[in-house]
Amino acid sequence: MNALALATRGLDKSFGSLVVAKDIELKLPQGERYALIGPNGAGKTTLINLMTGMLKPDRGHIFLGEKDITALKPEERVKCGLVRTFQINTLFPHLSALEAVTLTVCERRGYARSWWRKLPAYGDAVEEAHAILVSLRLAASCYRPTRELAYGQQRLLEIALALATKPKVLLLDEPAAGVPQGESAELFSVISDLSRDIAVLFIEHDMNVVFRFAHRIIVMVGGRILVEGTPREIAADVRVRDVYLGGTRHG
Amino acid sequence: MTPFTLSEPQRHLEAQIRWQPVELAFWLATLLPFVFAPNYLVLASQIAITALFALSLDLILGYAGIVSLGHAAYFGFGSYTAGLIAKWGWGEPLTGLAAAAVAAGVLGYATSFIIARFRHLALIMITLGLGLLLAEAANSAGWLTGGADGLQGVRMWKLFGAFQFDLYGTTAYTYSLTILFLAFLLARRLINSPFGLALRGIRENAVRMPAIGAPSPAHIRKIYTIAAVMAGVAGGLLAQTTETVSLETLGFARSADVLVILILGGAGRLYGGLVGAIIYMVARDQFSGINPQYWYFWIGTLLIAVVLFLPNGVLGGLTRLMRLVRSAA
Repeated sequence: MNALALATRGLDKSFGSLVVAKDIELKLPQGERYALIGPNGAGKTTLINLMTGMLKPDRGHIFLGEKDITALKPEERVKCGLVRTFQINTLFPHLSALEAVTLTVCERRGYARSWWRKLPAYGDAVEEAHAILVSLRLAASCYRPTRELAYGQQRLLEIALALATKPKVLLLDEPAAGVPQGESAELFSVISDLSRDIAVLFIEHDMNVVFRFAHRIIVMVGGRILVEGTPREIAADVRVRDVYLGGTRHG
Repeated sequence: MTPFTLSEPQRHLEAQIRWQPVELAFWLATLLPFVFAPNYLVLASQIAITALFALSLDLILGYAGIVSLGHAAYFGFGSYTAGLIAKWGWGEPLTGLAAAAVAAGVLGYATSFIIARFRHLALIMITLGLGLLLAEAANSAGWLTGGADGLQGVRMWKLFGAFQFDLYGTTAYTYSLTILFLAFLLARRLINSPFGLALRGIRENAVRMPAIGAPSPAHIRKIYTIAAVMAGVAGGLLAQTTETVSLETLGFARSADVLVILILGGAGRLYGGLVGAIIYMVARDQFSGINPQYWYFWIGTLLIAVVLFLPNGVLGGLTRLMRLVRSAA
């Protein structure tokens, strides 16, 4: 197994009496594609919120590589290379796709504090942003305001913004949510084509997609990790089948 | 970088921020009062000052999405600073104005730490509270500010040792308009920079900003301080050109007026505050000539009409009209 890109140790979180994460021990090796699955309310998005710093854990630690990032703010974690996308489009409606990605590149390169030179003068940032949009086949509509883009294109822009931060670990929260089934395979082929330097953890409900693109699968139920394994192991696991077919043991 | 080496995406961004002929026309038109309305130069000067104040609010509200109901705090603070310095015997306008800028900037920087932590309704209440606080402090410190009687005894020296602030407002308008233009150039530069793009990012989606590695609070503190400086300069100009400072410069009504002006003209457009100030001030001058006590009736009507029919302000409506005309042609 490769060195770990992201790991959590004993992560706990509850809202009052509702336990949303209990003793989460997650290990994501460098360059791997992991799927995070589980029924609604299992705590998948909560786990992403905890790891990216949008929620504070009650207990436990989060490591990015060797570094303990538990105390860092969300934007500091992004600077370290831990980046997420959102299940519901969380974009900049009146910025063009090019502006939005350029903004992200400028933040990473430290240009965004500069207020004296014009944006087009930062040619390296604009070029890098444009190249990312080209690689995600968004170049043709990159000058249009985000709100005018087709829904599928907006989902791609979600990923483009994340890529522009040069992530080491990418957490994708249902990247194909709301995309018709035919297009979702296309979207995931973009994800599987990503550089192997990036470790990817994605939440997804479509099992065909999960079994096709994930190297390993983590199953969450009721705020806990139920089991982790290869797609073949997960498909054969009785407990997982119980959860998805409405078994009573974990009800 | 020369324009010949720009790539296509760069050229596209460049085209968005290029000076338009209509902008040159606008600034040339600001010189018209000297020729055609020499009796209205005092009003013109007040308009330029209000436009500068509205421009400063536009930087935080229109671009960074920071709603404020207490922006007069910085205007008034600058006003009293400039007024007091002149009253205490240093009547040189430019250094007085610089002092107003610094004072308002310091106040803006200090309060920006609170501002950067809140949004929406909480922000409205906090800015409102800060504004009321300062106005009441000025009211109770009558020994310093003159209280409800206003600050008397402000005497300005000649501008550059040559131009007297006269009754006709020639010097006042020239002075205010020049400062407005310089501040506008600065704001235009700022808005078209990477920092300006980051501000629009905060306005468009404050939740996404940390997820792309952007330190929004730091950006907000910076623009809030810059806007406070600009508001302080506007306040300083009013003190110097009218040679008096009243409590009204700090009042809630001034904060509310400037918000109305910006929304009237179109927030988030550099010229929104400028156009809004012209419409509002000229309308007030005309309407209050007819029946002064009902003046706010007309402003209320105007505001509702604009919000109903021109949700992006007068400028937003004009832009839409231009687009219609162009597509029809």
